[in-house]
Amino acid sequence: MSLDEFFVTGDPLILGSQIAIGLTMVGLVALITYLKRWKWLWREWFTTVDHKKIGIMYILAGVLMFFRGGVDGLLMKAQTSRPELGFLDAQHYDEIFTTHGVIMILFMAMPLLIGIMNVVVPLQIGARDVAFPKLNALSFWLFFVGAMLFNISFVIGGSPDAGWTSYFPLAGKEFTPGVGNNYYAIALQIAGIGTLATGINFVVTIIKMRAPGMSWMKMPIFTWTSFVTSILIVAAFPIFTVALAFMSLDRLFGTHFFTVAAGGDPMLWLNLFWLWGHPEVYIVVLPAFGMFSEVIATFSRKNLFGYKSMVYAVAGIAFLSMLVWVHHFYTMGNSAAVNSIFSLTTIMIAIPTGVKIFNWLFTMRKGRIEFSNAMLWSLAFIPCFTIGGVTGVMLAMAAADYQYHNTMFLVAHFHYVLIPGVVFAVFAGLYYWWPKMFGFKLNEKIGKWHFWLFVIGFNMTFMPMFFVGLDGMSRRMYTYSESTGWAPWLGFSAVGSVVMAAGFAALCYNIYWSFRYASRDVGSDPWNGRTLEWATASPAPHYNFAVVPEVDRIDDFWYKKKEGKTGIKKSDLKPVHMPSNSWTPIFLGVAFGIVGFFLVFEWFTLAVISSILIVIGLVANSFDYDDGYHIPVDELEEEEREWRGELK
Amino acid sequence: MSSTHSSRFPWNHLIGFILSIALTLLAVFVKFYTSFSDSIVVWIIGTLAIFQALIQLFMFMHVTEGKEGWINVVNMIYSVFLALVIVFGSIWVLTSGHAAMH
Ligand code: HEM
Ligand SMILES: [Cu+2]
Repeated sequence: MSLDEFFVTGDPLILGSQIAIGLTMVGLVALITYLKRWKWLWREWFTTVDHKKIGIMYILAGVLMFFRGGVDGLLMKAQTSRPELGFLDAQHYDEIFTTHGVIMILFMAMPLLIGIMNVVVPLQIGARDVAFPKLNALSFWLFFVGAMLFNISFVIGGSPDAGWTSYFPLAGKEFTPGVGNNYYAIALQIAGIGTLATGINFVVTIIKMRAPGMSWMKMPIFTWTSFVTSILIVAAFPIFTVALAFMSLDRLFGTHFFTVAAGGDPMLWLNLFWLWGHPEVYIVVLPAFGMFSEVIATFSRKNLFGYKSMVYAVAGIAFLSMLVWVHHFYTMGNSAAVNSIFSLTTIMIAIPTGVKIFNWLFTMRKGRIEFSNAMLWSLAFIPCFTIGGVTGVMLAMAAADYQYHNTMFLVAHFHYVLIPGVVFAVFAGLYYWWPKMFGFKLNEKIGKWHFWLFVIGFNMTFMPMFFVGLDGMSRRMYTYSESTGWAPWLGFSAVGSVVMAAGFAALCYNIYWSFRYASRDVGSDPWNGRTLEWATASPAPHYNFAVVPEVDRIDDFWYKKKEGKTGIKKSDLKPVHMPSNSWTPIFLGVAFGIVGFFLVFEWFTLAVISSILIVIGLVANSFDYDDGYHIPVDELEEEEREWRGELK
Repeated sequence: MSSTHSSRFPWNHLIGFILSIALTLLAVFVKFYTSFSDSIVVWIIGTLAIFQALIQLFMFMHVTEGKEGWINVVNMIYSVFLALVIVFGSIWVLTSGHAAMH
């Protein structure tokens, strides 16, 4: 392979990106070296096993990926803003919507939610870390390496271009012979292993590490939704692992699982993809539901209405979500019985979802609502998400879906569920838990700009898509003619996307501004919270709780505050056992990345040789006898005194 | 559910022990002393194996024991349910409709 096959050439946009990426890398390395920060990075971040730091790294990566996916989105909107534009050609447009979809779901939504779960769940259940801290670090590095591998595709070797769903036969070697779709198979496999490990980690953490007295029905609702999400991850991701393995075998080694040639079946790919894919959309939306519940209860100054019905609704949604996958391919020509059954199960999901909507509304009823930024996002979520849900029920009717399927109407639907359901939630969660992570609040005034620009821009961008969709515009069209009459709709939508991007810029500015200027004097409990994460200092100390809290009821902390019983006694302090840092997770991550890269290019000898690195990492890990260390009592006392005052 | 049977006679263990031996012998009997076809023998032995596993899990491995033993049970039932949905659901979806016509 010659060098100009290796690097993607011939497009000024891509050349620009290549130069920009090169310069950024050199700049970063130079900056870190100049500031002498390598050691610090290695010690405090790269080798950390602290769930809070891992969470922050997830969030950082998620925001970066949001930027990348967002730029992809803007490019697509620019291309369709006017009829017959030649800004992107068909091939380039295909590559962009593919990377956009994959990045937004797997590398934006997933890490942002898993990041917030990492920061918050152990604190909410009064634990000192997750059950397997080192595995947690490995999860992060596998995700990160997978994401990076996927991201370089557009400059090295070529992007995948068969859609985020990568349907066969298009995704097979016969029709897409380049390395692009190898990236899809390999990078998602690596990241997926990390996610699966996260699922296992959080199931065990939540079952085994809750504070004394916190029985199941006294668990905070966000912990509940994280628990159910983790179960769904463990149930659904193995299906994707298998599907991707088949895809890799088909593409790299010439098997025929999904190609008709030797008796394979392309529909098997769709079937497996959606067996994972539908649960996946609930994996991203359930933790988000939990965040809204926490935020709405806190800022309405009331306990969550119908807590138990919320728990059952979440469990019900999760249960049904494994039984609806065929609604993504009603049109493949199933029997009437298949389509009817899956129509029914799909529509049934709207019932527990509706229960949740009413619970949120009743939580606010007669509450003393405080319109903080976190609360604003939750308020905007309810109507926007309801539009997404109602159009979902329309799509769920198999006969009608023959009209809607693969039109812009579908695209509008899933953006109306995913953006309010995930992105709004992540914003709410970030504003809400920011002080717990960093010890200061994000600015509320800049936050309002962020809020209004983003929400208005979002509706401007996606509302028109319902109408052009009903008017027959199919999805993934890279251009259209004047005579269709869609130009005004799509032009308006393109303007909306710029407004939404301005909202994102306001968020970035807010983060920058708040890091520099926000008051550091926010106390440990700035929102008058109800759950245990607010019972410790902000930012949370690395040991989380000097004394493990005991819980008697739901929202225990809220009542303890009223009773004046939040203090700790000096005599209760005992040395705290903490896990040590480890280099094996990042080493293994990089090793997987190298092997993955060679597999993408089908350089098998190199792949086999470099997989020795993985073996080395695993062996080193097995011989790691480090049992962690203890934080002595006087160190605990000193840290606690700093924010509690003298201990009794 | 309680783990205090040390003082009482371990009926559970005795019954479990006898049942597991009986099931094993039954499998041997089916193979050597009946004239069923091989595929039927495999089905019978497979079924016996499921019972054997259940006996081991409940009588010796005490899946239901401990404060949160029921979690194991729910977990196993859900896993089996999912496996059935995935396997038979996929077969049904991929073989009915237009796929059934050729
Ligand atoms: C009331 C609840 C919902 C119902 C009844 C519903 C129904 C549907 C149906 C029937 C489709 C397929 C339509 C077609 O291909 O023609 C679909 C697509 C989709 N839905 Fe939903 N949905 C619901 C909620 C959600 C949620 C909560 C999410 C994510 C957080 C979501 C994400 C998606 C995505 C990503 C697609 C498009 C996949 C693709 O083909 O690329 N949906 N929905
Ligand atoms: Cu679905």
